[in-house]
Amino acid sequence: MPVPSKSVDKEILAILEENARISLPEIAFMLNMDVEEVARRVRELEERKVITGYLTLVNWEKVGEERVCAFIEVRTQPQRDVGYDAVAERISRFSEVRSVRLMSGAYDLAVIVEGRNMREVSNFVATRLATIEGVVSTTTHFVLKTYKQDGVIFENEEEDRRLVISP
Amino acid sequence: MTGKRDWSEKLNPVVRHMPPSGIRRFFDLVAEMKGVISLGVGEPDFITPWHIREACIYALEKGYTMYTSNQGLLELREAIARDLDLTYGVTYDARRELLVTVGVSEGLDLAMRALLAPGDEVLIPEPSYVSYAPCVLMAGGVPVTMPTSMQNSFRLTADTLEKHITPRSKILLLCYPNNPTGAVMGRRDLLEVAEVARAHDLIVISDEIYDRLTYVGQHTCMASLPGMQERTVLLNGFSKAYAMTGWRVGYVAANADFIAAMTKIHQYTMLCAPITAQMAALEALQNGRESMQKMVQQYSRRRHLVVQGLREMGLPCFEPGGAFYAFPDITPTGLSSEEFAEALLREEKVALVPGNAFGPSGEGHVRLSYASSLDDLGEALRRMARFVKKRGVQVRAVVNM
Repeated sequence: MPVPSKSVDKEILAILEENARISLPEIAFMLNMDVEEVARRVRELEERKVITGYLTLVNWEKVGEERVCAFIEVRTQPQRDVGYDAVAERISRFSEVRSVRLMSGAYDLAVIVEGRNMREVSNFVATRLATIEGVVSTTTHFVLKTYKQDGVIFENEEEDRRLVISP
Repeated sequence: MTGKRDWSEKLNPVVRHMPPSGIRRFFDLVAEMKGVISLGVGEPDFITPWHIREACIYALEKGYTMYTSNQGLLELREAIARDLDLTYGVTYDARRELLVTVGVSEGLDLAMRALLAPGDEVLIPEPSYVSYAPCVLMAGGVPVTMPTSMQNSFRLTADTLEKHITPRSKILLLCYPNNPTGAVMGRRDLLEVAEVARAHDLIVISDEIYDRLTYVGQHTCMASLPGMQERTVLLNGFSKAYAMTGWRVGYVAANADFIAAMTKIHQYTMLCAPITAQMAALEALQNGRESMQKMVQQYSRRRHLVVQGLREMGLPCFEPGGAFYAFPDITPTGLSSEEFAEALLREEKVALVPGNAFGPSGEGHVRLSYASSLDDLGEALRRMARFVKKRGVQVRAVVNM
């Protein structure tokens, strides 16, 4: 059954959100479409920044790699014309920073910082983040363990318990 | 005296002479093997959505551990009535016209036992779900199967039905979307069949367990057709749509006389469905629409992959409109359905169900469930393509997943 045209983009997005590694022919196969048409739509979604990137979620602990992650609550001084945007953009540019979000509530920006160890993260916060003009204060919360990230449960050991054959 | 007495002569002759399920031999074979990819499973590969499991756990924490009314929790029956009204526009009185059962299996058994007198005939389109004929036999009835074929999209036509009706015909048992073929019957098809049912005063037992897993068009509820609600026993449940097979919750919707009769049997045998499972079912109805739709979307994607894959490996395959089964024609291999299934299992370690397990008209087919991960489906199709190629079937393309 051909998928109605208006929902095709959403179908493609849902498939890619679930598995970014799936190939274009596979998507075309699943949606009963030409590969060229799927490729064209994906390209267009990328150009329109609807698709903003393709990421791999890694549980680094499993390969013995130490990574330290911290949630930083940042209070800032909003600036005329640009509000919080200028400070947020400056913070976003650091490679140590994994995400920056403007929040409602007791603080302004929620920043996630990742480093190899606690000292590296602390140093970054103290010397780079806290000193940015417009940053009023920071509160750092270190992550002790990740159970779920971006919709993926890290220790999901659920297995297929169905009988091999059933009527 | 060394030999033990053969007690089987004491058994109910109906049970004694009933053949075991056609897939019994397969169970034994599969049990010995490792690394088998199974497409033989007739249940969702999803685990019941968490919010439903959580509702059950919460019910236990709150101490819901007692019997419910025989007919089931009123709140659940009311939710079922609302759901049927919203989805199909059929109205049932939650107090008199609904019965919560231990799965559709119990609902089917109750309906047969409540309705059949010895010798009454039950008309069943075939290939059919393995329990139907035995259920009829155990209730003292006579199953009369009506063959359907791929040429006719495995639908029951009014003509075929008409030809099989005798003065003893009492019940027409339908299951669309169908297990094992995945066939659906559109509104027009069902209207024609319903007309014959009315003309011959048949009761229709409509097993609509796969209603939500309909990918082509809208599912037509038998009871929603003109003049059919009073003579329809509507069976449905939560197993397939909400991935709740192990919970065993189903329901029967029918006119008050039928429900009263079924409730009598139910109260003397099951008493009631487990309360925690009923609480979970209530949660499924109230908040499960989104998770259900996600699962349906997944099946729909896999369906296309599987049908295309089978066709490309040279096995003609009817396009299933519902459920999660494909029922390809395997005659190009020159093997019978049992030979095919057994050799495929031994040589390529792919398990599926031979079509003749669903009656003689299933011969020449195998049932393949696509309620498996895309990875498994892709690998199974690759192995199948290799298998049929060895049998001289012209393989056009091999699925590249």
